[in-house]
Amino acid sequence: MPYIGNTNADRIAMLGALGIQKIDELFADIPEANRFPDLNLPPARSEMEILRDIDELALRNTCGSAIPDRPILSFAGAGAYQHFIPSVVSYLAGRGEFTTAYTPYQAEASQGTLQAIFEYQSMLCDLLDMEVVNASHYDGATAVAEAAIMAVRSTRGRDKIVFSGTLHPEYIEVARTYLQPQGIGIEVVGSPESPGSPGADVAEVLAAVDQSTAALIVQNPDFLGRVHDISGLADEIHTRGALLVLHVDPIATALFKSPGSLGADIVTGEGQPLGIPLSFGGPYLGIFATRLSLVRKMPGRVVGQTTDTEGRRGFVLTLSTREQHIRREKATSNICTNQGLMALRAAIYLATMGPCGLREVAERCYRNAHYAADQLAEIPGCSVNTGTTTPHFKEFVLTTSLPADTLISRVAGKGVIPGVPLSRYFPRRTHDLLVAVTEISTRQDIDYFAETVRTAVETAGE
Amino acid sequence: MSRHDENLHAAIPALLYEISRPGRRATRISAVAAREEVPETALPQALIRSEDEQPKLPEVSELDAVRHFTLLSQTNMSIDTNFYPLGSCTMKYNPKVNEVAAAVPGFANHHPLAPEWASQGSLAVMYRLQEMLAEIGGFSGVSLEPAAGAQGEFTGNLIIRAYHQSRGDAGRRKILVPDSAHGTNPASVSMAGYEAVEIPSDSNGNIDLGALKAACGDDVAGLMVTNPNTLGLFEEHLVQVTRAVHECGGLVYGDGANLNAILGIVRPGDLGIDLMHFNLHKTFSTPHGGGGPGAGPVGARADLVEFLPGPIVVRADPAAIADANRDQSTYRFHMPAHSIGRLKAFHGNFGVLLRAYVYISMHGAAGMRSISENAVLNANYLKKLVDPVFPVRFKRTCMHEFVANGAVHDGIATMDVAKRLLDYGFHAPTVYFPLIVKEALMIEPTESENRETLDAFAHALSEIAREATENPDLLHHAPHTTPLSRLDEVQAVRKLVLRYEHRQDERT
Amino acid sequence: MTFDSNVKYQESHEWSRKDGDFIVVGISDYAQDSLGDVVYIEHPEVGSMKKKGDPFGVVESVKAASDVYMPIGGEIVEVNTALDDNPANVNEAPFGNGWLIKVKPSDPSEYDGLMSSDDYQEYAKGLED
Repeated sequence: MPYIGNTNADRIAMLGALGIQKIDELFADIPEANRFPDLNLPPARSEMEILRDIDELALRNTCGSAIPDRPILSFAGAGAYQHFIPSVVSYLAGRGEFTTAYTPYQAEASQGTLQAIFEYQSMLCDLLDMEVVNASHYDGATAVAEAAIMAVRSTRGRDKIVFSGTLHPEYIEVARTYLQPQGIGIEVVGSPESPGSPGADVAEVLAAVDQSTAALIVQNPDFLGRVHDISGLADEIHTRGALLVLHVDPIATALFKSPGSLGADIVTGEGQPLGIPLSFGGPYLGIFATRLSLVRKMPGRVVGQTTDTEGRRGFVLTLSTREQHIRREKATSNICTNQGLMALRAAIYLATMGPCGLREVAERCYRNAHYAADQLAEIPGCSVNTGTTTPHFKEFVLTTSLPADTLISRVAGKGVIPGVPLSRYFPRRTHDLLVAVTEISTRQDIDYFAETVRTAVETAGE
Repeated sequence: MSRHDENLHAAIPALLYEISRPGRRATRISAVAAREEVPETALPQALIRSEDEQPKLPEVSELDAVRHFTLLSQTNMSIDTNFYPLGSCTMKYNPKVNEVAAAVPGFANHHPLAPEWASQGSLAVMYRLQEMLAEIGGFSGVSLEPAAGAQGEFTGNLIIRAYHQSRGDAGRRKILVPDSAHGTNPASVSMAGYEAVEIPSDSNGNIDLGALKAACGDDVAGLMVTNPNTLGLFEEHLVQVTRAVHECGGLVYGDGANLNAILGIVRPGDLGIDLMHFNLHKTFSTPHGGGGPGAGPVGARADLVEFLPGPIVVRADPAAIADANRDQSTYRFHMPAHSIGRLKAFHGNFGVLLRAYVYISMHGAAGMRSISENAVLNANYLKKLVDPVFPVRFKRTCMHEFVANGAVHDGIATMDVAKRLLDYGFHAPTVYFPLIVKEALMIEPTESENRETLDAFAHALSEIAREATENPDLLHHAPHTTPLSRLDEVQAVRKLVLRYEHRQDERT
Repeated sequence: MTFDSNVKYQESHEWSRKDGDFIVVGISDYAQDSLGDVVYIEHPEVGSMKKKGDPFGVVESVKAASDVYMPIGGEIVEVNTALDDNPANVNEAPFGNGWLIKVKPSDPSEYDGLMSSDDYQEYAKGLED
């Protein structure tokens, strides 16, 4: 058997030491009728055989490209983005000393994990312009849900959360799963469910914030890629006694006004763009930041600086009394994960990008997406971001004369995934695609993409 | 073997911020000639982060970064470098083929919202893993959506809730939780809007059956049970326990944290467990990564499958596929009819799922049983060696782990022993858990380790016991060989420093 | 271990001392010793009304968080905010400047029902065995 430490001779000697004949005797406490079931599992495969299986399966992840030599161009986004990952990220994060360590309970034997998380916390604090960052959450969606619960805990007697309708629809679904059993009210304002609808505007969401509202949750840039001017929003929210939860794209924060300067009380984000592969949706990293004054209401693991007995700087997990292993049913959350490996990837990514590199990525995303939008908008039968002049970042809505699913099928043969059909979330938006363009696209890629869309839409007219 | 006078580790590197110098760069995005560049678009200046508001991120060269993180990694203990017998965490060897598989570009670069017909490889992996886990656990269906064990527990509580609501049974408010349970259990109960009611353990380390029966009533929604429990013992009366809960109308949720003891030995679903999560990062060898990511798929008995969180993967009905790619689609996503909903964006931690699929595929049925047989044999053998020096709380045959008393001598705390073990090159076992055993030292060797390692570990414990009588300060001041000596956790909370503080005079 | 004989106790380890018309409440030396180094105190709101037995706050060490309970019903008239910067006072002077709250009792006779120092000492000894 693979990965078993002992030989048969070892086992015999160990059984002898225990004074028994057979391993089966160790399982006498288990009801005899149910002991040793015949498991119907596929026959065991060797490493060579399983890697062949994996390679074959990977080939079935395809967009049906008719041009074998051409890599697939994907413009799918909607919360998960293809960004460039410097080679050192996987190289360093793949070190066994990082991957095969556990949660750093024994601090003296875990300084590597602890300092890396402290550096992640510090860099995210700088990027978001916030005071505290944890490193615990599974992804952006669960970070949002936990932020909502924290807001209720932090504002006595308030039990409703107002969601801007332009928050990622799956995040709203996840928030429902988390909040409903705890009796927390959910109001979604300004969902962009109709064709051409821009979704929530600032005045509209503000109007829904009342005496019972613990927090308003706003995504900026929003789910459709638009960047809103939300200066002044935090003051309005605070006047009403509620908190502002801002959900951001960490890449965008390098370019646009920081969440901290905009007055956010809690900041959440999907950390996947920071050096984490797409990997069909996970594992990702839930970014979670807040103010120092709220830190004891915060869920999740956090690393703090201290000294050892000789006065040397070191790091430990701290503020543990908020957590499940101490506070049990009264904990701020059941979360036990410390999303260490993903936070490590983000830390390495930010370190190797630096402030200039990150800004360059953000500006290229902005420029590439606008160029792509301009090219696509020129195609007869196509329009972009119908009904709004708000600037967009990395993502925009493309409306064509074809149903989005048809367009996707048509351009697939040219090696292009043109985006995510909005009908996935808003059934009436049958002709809309959410298109994401990041720094990895070249001018040629975008021109090719526009050309395939033009051909597909023109063919439709014939 | 005394290695405490050697410094086994590199020094702790400075923070990246402290070695940062303006203008140093590791990565350049674009070296393309200007004429091939995408044309500029004017930025919306009113929304832009101004020059003096730029984030003060470190500026380092690629070599700086490589050396920094390499040196940092070397200050960690890990499975790859040390025996890591952390009880309840199943620190088994993490096969490297898992990492190779997860990095295959067709998987690593695949977008979660790519069309289903273009994602058949990923869907096949998920479908097969669902089937494998259902078979191993004895369940009718599995959802791979939960991102961690704790999220699996939360899922279980939500399903219990949905089940009772579907029957119009609204009066059930309580979930029973044994006092030996992980803290996540009662925390998950609260998050699901239920009240956790603690059930004591009896003198054999089992759930106290009398107390359980007394607590069962028409206000009980269910029970959360870890089996084998956190004492490393198989619940001797599990069948009576599950029956008592079922008879009062409740459901039984299994915390699969300790599944590594019973793969191919018994199926929880066959013993009356209605729902259970699997910790893929424990039982199925996916790396713990310093605390995450993990994955906590949940299995359910037949009538609860419709409540599972979604989406799950099902075989596609060819007649129902409308588009032109019909012949390519074998699998599709499906939201169960009465699903409790989504637990995270997209569909589970696929990268973790893929690793578990590889691991199970390499074992087959006989391999599964062999894992648990060897894990249980290793634990009992080590228990036999440890018990004379560090008395084991319950003398019964244990499963994959056991709990000893670490306070080996007057004036010595379990934490002293744990810290001293680091000097011997072993990661410490879990300490002070479960809460019901004073000075608990919880040891789980796993099947990966060989007899020599177990002997060496037991020998180290004996040496430490001797040191405890001869030179207790050696323990009180341990560890001595790690890059840093014992860290002040009190100061960390009283004077909170949760981020690097930039100096006023810092170069920018 | 100190058992201040000028105060009364209850089983959850809070002490109570008469201070004019008010009752001052803290945790016992035994309690602070079991908790270890205190790092944080969560206070109730001044002006809030609580019943005997209600939790009024949390005393935290690194590894434990302990709810503290009202020994007597009444209004919280003062909380010891000096502990915010010096939580160690609870360890160093549990009966002195480590006090937690001052209460204006609704029913002063509830004070008489609390445990004497001797009884509490006996009770604490029983917990050790």
